Amino acid sequence: MGRFVAVTIIVIAIVSAIPILRHTWWMAPDISTHGQPIDDQMSETMAEAGISFLASQIILALFIWRFSNPKPGEKVKNFPGGAKAMVWAAFLLVGTEVLALGIFGVKAWANVYFTPPAANAVPVQVQAGQFAFYFRYPGPDGTFGAIHPEMLSEANQNFYGIDTDHDADAKDDIVTAEMAIPVNREIHLLMHSKDVGHSFFVPELRVQQDFVPGLDLSLHFTATKIGRYEIVCTQLCGLGHYNMKAYLSVLSQEDYDNWLKKEAALQ
Amino acid sequence: MHDVSAAHHAPPTSFIRKHVFSLDHKVIGKQYYALALAAVLIGMVLSWIMRLHLGWGSYAIPGLHLLSQNGAPGNVMTPEFYLQLMTMHATIMVFFVLTTAPFAAFGNYFLPIQVGAEDMPFPHFNMMSFWVTFVAFLVLVSSFFVGDGPTLGGWTQYAPLSAVGAVAGPGQGLGVVLWAASIGIFCIGQLLGSLNFITTTLDMRTRGMSLWRLPLSAWAWFITSVMGLTAFAVLMPACILLILDHLAGTSFFIPGNLVINDQLQPHSGGSTLLWQHLFWFFGHPEVYIAIVPGMGIVSHVLIANMRKPMLSHRALIYSMGALAVLSYMVYGHHMFLSGMNPVSSLAFSFPTLIITIPSTVIVLIWLGSLYGAKLRINSASLFGLGFVSMFISGGVSGFFLAQPSVDIMLHATYFVVGHFHMVMGVAAMFGIFAGTYFWFPKMVGRMMNETLGKIHFWLSFVGTYAIFMPFHYLGLAGNVRRYQAFVTDSMKPLIPVHQFITVAALITGAAQLIFLFNLVHSRFWGEPASDNPWQATSLEWSTPTTPPPHNNFGDTLPTVYHDPYQYGVESSVGDYVMQASPEKVKTINEEA
Repeated sequence: MGRFVAVTIIVIAIVSAIPILRHTWWMAPDISTHGQPIDDQMSETMAEAGISFLASQIILALFIWRFSNPKPGEKVKNFPGGAKAMVWAAFLLVGTEVLALGIFGVKAWANVYFTPPAANAVPVQVQAGQFAFYFRYPGPDGTFGAIHPEMLSEANQNFYGIDTDHDADAKDDIVTAEMAIPVNREIHLLMHSKDVGHSFFVPELRVQQDFVPGLDLSLHFTATKIGRYEIVCTQLCGLGHYNMKAYLSVLSQEDYDNWLKKEAALQ
Repeated sequence: MHDVSAAHHAPPTSFIRKHVFSLDHKVIGKQYYALALAAVLIGMVLSWIMRLHLGWGSYAIPGLHLLSQNGAPGNVMTPEFYLQLMTMHATIMVFFVLTTAPFAAFGNYFLPIQVGAEDMPFPHFNMMSFWVTFVAFLVLVSSFFVGDGPTLGGWTQYAPLSAVGAVAGPGQGLGVVLWAASIGIFCIGQLLGSLNFITTTLDMRTRGMSLWRLPLSAWAWFITSVMGLTAFAVLMPACILLILDHLAGTSFFIPGNLVINDQLQPHSGGSTLLWQHLFWFFGHPEVYIAIVPGMGIVSHVLIANMRKPMLSHRALIYSMGALAVLSYMVYGHHMFLSGMNPVSSLAFSFPTLIITIPSTVIVLIWLGSLYGAKLRINSASLFGLGFVSMFISGGVSGFFLAQPSVDIMLHATYFVVGHFHMVMGVAAMFGIFAGTYFWFPKMVGRMMNETLGKIHFWLSFVGTYAIFMPFHYLGLAGNVRRYQAFVTDSMKPLIPVHQFITVAALITGAAQLIFLFNLVHSRFWGEPASDNPWQATSLEWSTPTTPPPHNNFGDTLPTVYHDPYQYGVESSVGDYVMQASPEKVKTINEEA
């Protein structure tokens, strides 16, 4: 029975590793300028975790195989290195390995969060609410109109609660249900939630960030590949959470300008 | 060191005082076990319904409307009902199974016996802790039957979704209040229990039972109770504040200017991140509250079945202690992308990576101790070995989630769901099973059926890998968790994987019915057990009768002469010496 356990553990370990090695299910290809260090970090972590996983499961299996069938008259004995060998191994092999991972990973994180957006980054505001994203572009004046929560109304299609009658900054604001951005230009994303917690996740962009009600956050990123991608909500926000999504179109500068003009005409 | 009068109470004679409102820690332990068993059955059925829905969402599930008329019109699940089931599944499993069974149930039964006491020092508190927990469970389950059903906010109950009331969705009014009340009450039970466990360990040890002579299971319960005392003491006030936001018009967790359903909310000044900090300050230690007792139980079970002590008893104890201390410093890894200061994410990342070290020490000590063993394969040791395998698999995925940069891709995906189900869910369940097969003979005086136990192990072991390994693949592919259907272009192709998981979950779930049958059948018709069927050493195997008498050890408490695990020796009884036996022999561990 012990040998059967050992074989089962080894089979499970190898079968589990195959889809990972073959990338049967894997991250969507990266379309951002900051994503490569994240992907590298993922691969390095996968290598270290994979080796630890396979090595420990195989050692477990081998020891079960061997020691569940003691030879007649055999006495129990201790591992030659004793406990000290184990503690040292944990500190030196695994401890330094994961700490090194962590230290290298700081750079990937810092790329996203510890750099300011470029001065000429394109400002786009995203507002999350149950269960839709709305996007806002500041228009020719480059300034967003103020949000008046008391005016915010889905019923009146004033999704942002802006006062276009009295607020000069708001008059040329462009509110859209889809997000479009120009390729190879930095985007400065201003994140606002109107009700509960939500999150902004575009796997291809290597961007995921929660919205915090009562606290506006910002992110910046550059998309390098023209295409149409999905934005999904990853923070449980209510019954429509699964269906809270929007499209992100990465366009050439020309297409983007045309799109913006078209959307401005619809306001 | 010990004061026998503190816990002394005469055996009860009436049925109610004997079996219902009992002061006997053994009865209370069994009550906790029964509660956990009822809870796990409910939690498992809820997961079956969820899995069926995720695999084949548009099909009707016969009888579903019985559970909720509004939630399942025509037996087809509504989106809110899915989230309500999910929230209840998680809450029931985390609180009423993973905290209750390995810690409160086995700990109550065996901690006093393993330290050589006749009961816990505060039997009335102990009785209260169970009945308070029972009330908490009733309050939670009652939310199925009132208003618009249970809360849909997930077991983490992030504010302001959880705090603004019914306007945020079905179950977010009364459902949340009942949830928070239930968990608040649950905390009281755990605080009372923890006080008893700590005092039992420190003050009730019998003659000769130094702290280092406590079995690893006793150490694990002691460490867990210290965590419980500090963690639940934070969760309880957090729940009270959440209830106040609902009932008293306060705004602890609700900022101003929120517009929900086109209604401006009459709140201002609160912080949504405050809830997350309070919750996870409890929530991460909770992971260790669930798993550390399993580590202790599995070590205890494996040692008896390896016929040799662990390479180092103390390294395991120090490592479990390190997990407990570090668990309070790592909680922010749940919040890397929450909007807290990104510098904090790095600050929380490093302790999270460092916690790998004590975890690795524990795993390597287990592996290294298997070397040179005379391993007996039985249901208990199989689940113990399964625990080790599962803990490794769930542990290595922690390497990813400890890093904020990698978390950008994996946060809130099925990768996380796979990780925690393996490392704290299934592993802890395997710990419970190992404990059950091992201690059942002592608890009821009959043996469990070994053949059924082994079948149960095989189906559970292969089944849980078949369920939870693919979760990791789904997460890598960007499959977001807490979705009732996969309608996005990137997730639609993943539905066949979900169907595979559903089939695996149903088979693995059905295998648990074998365990249930074995448990009930063996309780009444199992082979009678001897006092020490596993030739084990610790004090629970030295009781004068099986099950132990009301005061555990008869007229005199035992005297302890050895460390708890003198196996692999040559003594007058075989290859072991009981802790309570004065016989001196040469041991294989110099440290012992």
